[in-house]
Amino acid sequence: MSKTQIKEKEENETPMVKVYIMGSSHEVPASLTIMKAIEYAGFKIKRGAGCRAGFCGACATVYRKAGDYRIYAALACQTQVEDGMVLTQLPFVPAPKAKYDINKLSPTGNTILQFYPEVARCLSCNACSKVCPQDIHVMDYVQYSLQGQIKKAAEESFDCVQCGLCTIRCPAEIPQYHVATLVRRLHGKYEMKSPDTLEARVEEIEAGFYEEGFNELMKLSKDELRHKYFHERDFIDQKKA
Amino acid sequence: MKMIDGYPDYMRKSIENVNKTRAKRLNEVKTDLTEAERKEVLDNYHPDYNPKFKRDISWGPNKGDNVPNEVVDILEAYPTVHPDDVDLSQIDYDVGVLVIGAGGAGNSAALWALYEGVPADQILIVTKLRLGDCNTVMAQGGIQAADRPEDSPLIHYLDAIGGGHFDNKPELVKALVGDAPKIIKWHKELGMMYDQNEDGSFLEISGGGTSRNRMHCSKDYTGMEIFRTLKDEVINKEIPYLEFSPAVELLTDETGRIAGAVLYNVETKQYFIVRSKITVLSTGGFGRLHVAGFPTTNHYGATADGVVMAYRAGAKLRNLESTQFHPTGAAFPEQIVGLLITEKVRSMGGQVLGRDGEQICYPLEPRDVEASSLIKCCTSTDNYIETPTGMRGIWLDSPLIDEIHGKGTVEKNLSAMFRMMKRFGINISKDPILVYPTLHYQNGGVEIDENCYTSLNGLLVAGEISGGVHGMNRLMGNSLLEINVFGRRAGITAAKEYKKKVKLSGKLTLDHVRKVMKILDSLDLKEKRYSPIILPEYRSDAVRDRLVQLYEQEPTW
Repeated sequence: MSKTQIKEKEENETPMVKVYIMGSSHEVPASLTIMKAIEYAGFKIKRGAGCRAGFCGACATVYRKAGDYRIYAALACQTQVEDGMVLTQLPFVPAPKAKYDINKLSPTGNTILQFYPEVARCLSCNACSKVCPQDIHVMDYVQYSLQGQIKKAAEESFDCVQCGLCTIRCPAEIPQYHVATLVRRLHGKYEMKSPDTLEARVEEIEAGFYEEGFNELMKLSKDELRHKYFHERDFIDQKKA
Repeated sequence: MKMIDGYPDYMRKSIENVNKTRAKRLNEVKTDLTEAERKEVLDNYHPDYNPKFKRDISWGPNKGDNVPNEVVDILEAYPTVHPDDVDLSQIDYDVGVLVIGAGGAGNSAALWALYEGVPADQILIVTKLRLGDCNTVMAQGGIQAADRPEDSPLIHYLDAIGGGHFDNKPELVKALVGDAPKIIKWHKELGMMYDQNEDGSFLEISGGGTSRNRMHCSKDYTGMEIFRTLKDEVINKEIPYLEFSPAVELLTDETGRIAGAVLYNVETKQYFIVRSKITVLSTGGFGRLHVAGFPTTNHYGATADGVVMAYRAGAKLRNLESTQFHPTGAAFPEQIVGLLITEKVRSMGGQVLGRDGEQICYPLEPRDVEASSLIKCCTSTDNYIETPTGMRGIWLDSPLIDEIHGKGTVEKNLSAMFRMMKRFGINISKDPILVYPTLHYQNGGVEIDENCYTSLNGLLVAGEISGGVHGMNRLMGNSLLEINVFGRRAGITAAKEYKKKVKLSGKLTLDHVRKVMKILDSLDLKEKRYSPIILPEYRSDAVRDRLVQLYEQEPTW
């Protein structure tokens, strides 16, 4: 099959768009995500694909559109191609992560400044928030962190997939997504106390409270288990009560 | 095609049916299936029970096991790296504990090996892509732990073993459910943000096949919250890790004890040799093999490399006849077909509906039963919705959740789902989601005992790669639990073994691989395949037809 025949065949099946992958033009089906379009065009991705579902941040993509001065950013696995997109993938983000012993910290603004003093350099330009593919108000949580509002910072940053686009855009050179990890851990550990029921259950288990029950269940044949499962699943609870 | 709020015009009529019946359905309870009814849908509609998707393993310890064709394909395959092409006398990394695979199980194992006394510089984590490119990070719904007074680990035990068709290994289920509250306690010490109610109790919901509310969650980013915290801790503790360096073969010493691995750097294409006293295999599952032709929820590297490596070394497998198809993968829009629509949508009250807007089944059956019921509706009735690309799906009524729990609940508690669909113009707090089952999880794998020992000396296994924990079907929330419970146990066992000061005997060898190659030679295979496959192939045929190799070849022989 000649090159033109291949092209015609594909065109009959689905509308195509032209995108530029690192400057080279490629015709790809209009229905694809950026990630699938890159693969369709012949690239076997090594860096730039992870979960392929919008959770891991491996596929941060920066692009421009024809006739538009703006810089856009997206996750390649979660964004459909458009005609005229000029795409590049971010293979890696060099962002220093502070090392700390979470057991020896307090949930305060000073802790944040101790490990990430650069948060004080925030210019409030909001470039981080504008670039975030999760639409997180990144600048806001940087400011909350600086102010020691750990809970607000943790909650605002919660949906972060750590793609690093904010860090690449930041003129103050703040590694926002690492700051976010620290504030979430501080909040999760020091400000969200576990209910007593958890500790009580752990103590019961460690004291062997359930051993006899386990032994009884583990001795049952498959048929006995089946009967218990389908007809008596509440019995254990009643017995305990 | 005219689109209205993200859906094609022609689907709107069916969506109107869904909207019309919602008030009536608010208090409508569909009863769950009896044992006989469950059997009927499974036998007739679950891909596991369809012989055309399976064949027998032709060699090795599990010869005769009837498993998915795609699994047999990678077992009936020659090594991607030929044993003659690597020099085993040059050892690049010499460590106490090698952890292969850096998902939730691998990172838990490394951390617990450290906690139990293995020095950080005696641990090495190796991973195919980045630290954290794994299924853990994409697990949404939650993690089970029976920590409420009205619940008990014993009820969790019965739920898990019943969901698994009573084919789970009892001692593994006991470990799973008995350790669960300890795992939540550990996570809280690390600073994970599990959702809590205003009174401070954990927000706990139910899942398919569970009889109590015990699913702890962090919105619908539970796996991400767990993983990014574990990753942060691994880096804080300065445990060494190598990225883009998957293991492609296990090594043994001269007694046959597992003694390390051959790594392949996917970027530079070099190999590296790791010698280790203890090896933990935690490479995850097989979603990217696209069993039975299904799309998958899994991450890019889920190609069952670990199963191949372990089987070549002689490990016993178990329950690989069983594959989990998640009931609700996205069926529309086309860009995200097969991606996970978390079970939490149903846990919070979302019902599954046909074209007519009526419930088709109880929404929280164990996953295999639920998936089969949905497949039944789409293949043996006309009560389905067809997408513009010819795919069939049913409605998952997400707006009902706001009706039950109050306006804004979907956007807040299911923010990942809300965001994903919004990217394609669909507002799931107003419109339902079109779904169809998708390949989700490898129920079986390398057989382990409760301390993660395998049938091979020196090899521990933890996580989705293992077999026996879930029997023939895993329940929601038991995989995030499993990777932590058995990752932790593998780390503790590794530390115990490390302290025995094991001496490896003589040289490292790949003799077991050579033996396998001879067996394969004798099998008269129709197609010459290579494995582990490392990454799936998604380049278009038009490109692949024109591939030429210059200066270097893949594979190398």
